[in-house]
Amino acid sequence: MGAASLIVLILAAIAFSAGAILIAKVVTKATKNKQKAEPYESGIPTRGPSWVQFNVGYYLFALLFLIFDVELIFLYPWAVAAKKVGLLALVEIIIFFFILFMGFLYAHKKGALKWK
Amino acid sequence: MWSLSNIAANIDQWLNANMSPTWALIVEMVIAGVAVIGLFAALGLVLVIMERKVSAWIQIRLGPNRVGPKGMLQSLADTLKLLVKEGMTPGGADKLLFNVAPFVAMIVAMLLLAPIAFAKDFQLWDLNIGVLYISAVSSISVISILMAGWASNNKYSLLGAMRSGAQIVSYELSAGLAVLAIVVLTGSLRISDIIQAQENGWWLFKGHIPVIIAFIIFIIAVTAETNRAPFDLAEAESELTAGFHTEYSGMKFALFFLAEYVNVFIVCAIGATLFLGGWMPFHIGNWHAFNGVMDWIPSSVWFFGKTFFLIFVIMWFRWTFPRLRIDQLLNLEWKYLLPISMFNLLLVTLIAIMGWHF
Repeated sequence: MGAASLIVLILAAIAFSAGAILIAKVVTKATKNKQKAEPYESGIPTRGPSWVQFNVGYYLFALLFLIFDVELIFLYPWAVAAKKVGLLALVEIIIFFFILFMGFLYAHKKGALKWK
Repeated sequence: MWSLSNIAANIDQWLNANMSPTWALIVEMVIAGVAVIGLFAALGLVLVIMERKVSAWIQIRLGPNRVGPKGMLQSLADTLKLLVKEGMTPGGADKLLFNVAPFVAMIVAMLLLAPIAFAKDFQLWDLNIGVLYISAVSSISVISILMAGWASNNKYSLLGAMRSGAQIVSYELSAGLAVLAIVVLTGSLRISDIIQAQENGWWLFKGHIPVIIAFIIFIIAVTAETNRAPFDLAEAESELTAGFHTEYSGMKFALFFLAEYVNVFIVCAIGATLFLGGWMPFHIGNWHAFNGVMDWIPSSVWFFGKTFFLIFVIMWFRWTFPRLRIDQLLNLEWKYLLPISMFNLLLVTLIAIMGWHF
């Protein structure tokens, strides 16, 4: 069906979700009170805000991911052509991986892969 | 005769004979939309009952057996129950993001259906960069999880979303490298080309040990990407209540739940397509009689059989391995899976270039 299918799929997803939520809204009876609107914290009253500064470890991994993800994007065109190019492609990718692996070892040495 | 592609072709022919091309396209779009919604709902119902039955079977108990014959209508009853539950938004939440997040999750799950070949010549969009499309769209799903977790204004949700974010982006790398092994062997990103290349044998059998390693890495990585046990830290119910969807209730929760199960189906379908030949029947060399019998089974049965086998394997994992801690999880990916899959890709390239595969 071609690219039109993407429009169909997006509209179908929105229609499905919106339909389900609307039907639920019509058939249920909503009540409001202050305790109910509080965030769940195992039953005790909520303490302090939730939007706080977060462990930096997660961001370190996100940064590392960024480097390797860009590498992955470069690999896609290479992977399609690899068979046609032959052994040269293998040599090229070994050099590419070698440089990348040096970076990986550097990150490892710096302790970026250690969970703090 | 009665194959899915013939039915689709007949509908297309009939519509084009009776209407102008524009209207025919519009009617086809409506049919496709209704079909994918139906598939979504059916998958949700089937996978939930399957999960419960499989876990009951593994733990030697009965599982749901009251609603309908052998409890088969249990998930329908659960859906009805969720429908009449109030879908509330907590007071301190970011209202817009909180309500948009389930939509994003559903749209991503739905968009991933486009390049999947359900049967012979039965595919919504056979685009020439199918594999790249899949990895690009599937990485959007982490945004919906982060949105839900952050907007809930709940500590459990935020912690679950952060864990899930770190986990999904990490395991995407080794999943991508495992998929690239097949791209190198096929030399094409188009899904139909990849399936066609497996006509005389699935890649899992043709590609020697490196492809088997890639397959194992792929299964581990997608288990982590779909947040399933043993990698279900994001919603570890014993420590985080329900992770990123703690604050969600009613239908909004059901949408997340559904998107999660459909994602499991989709990653298994991709695994079946890349490694197990998609709708290709099981063929052995030149055993013509055997191959003839295998060809007789419809292609859609092959596809769904392989996919549900992989889903069963992933459900099996859940009751076999204990949950990992976040540092163990990231260690597994960065110190083992990533270097192994990089080295494995080199091996696969060597095999592909030297033509050592069957």
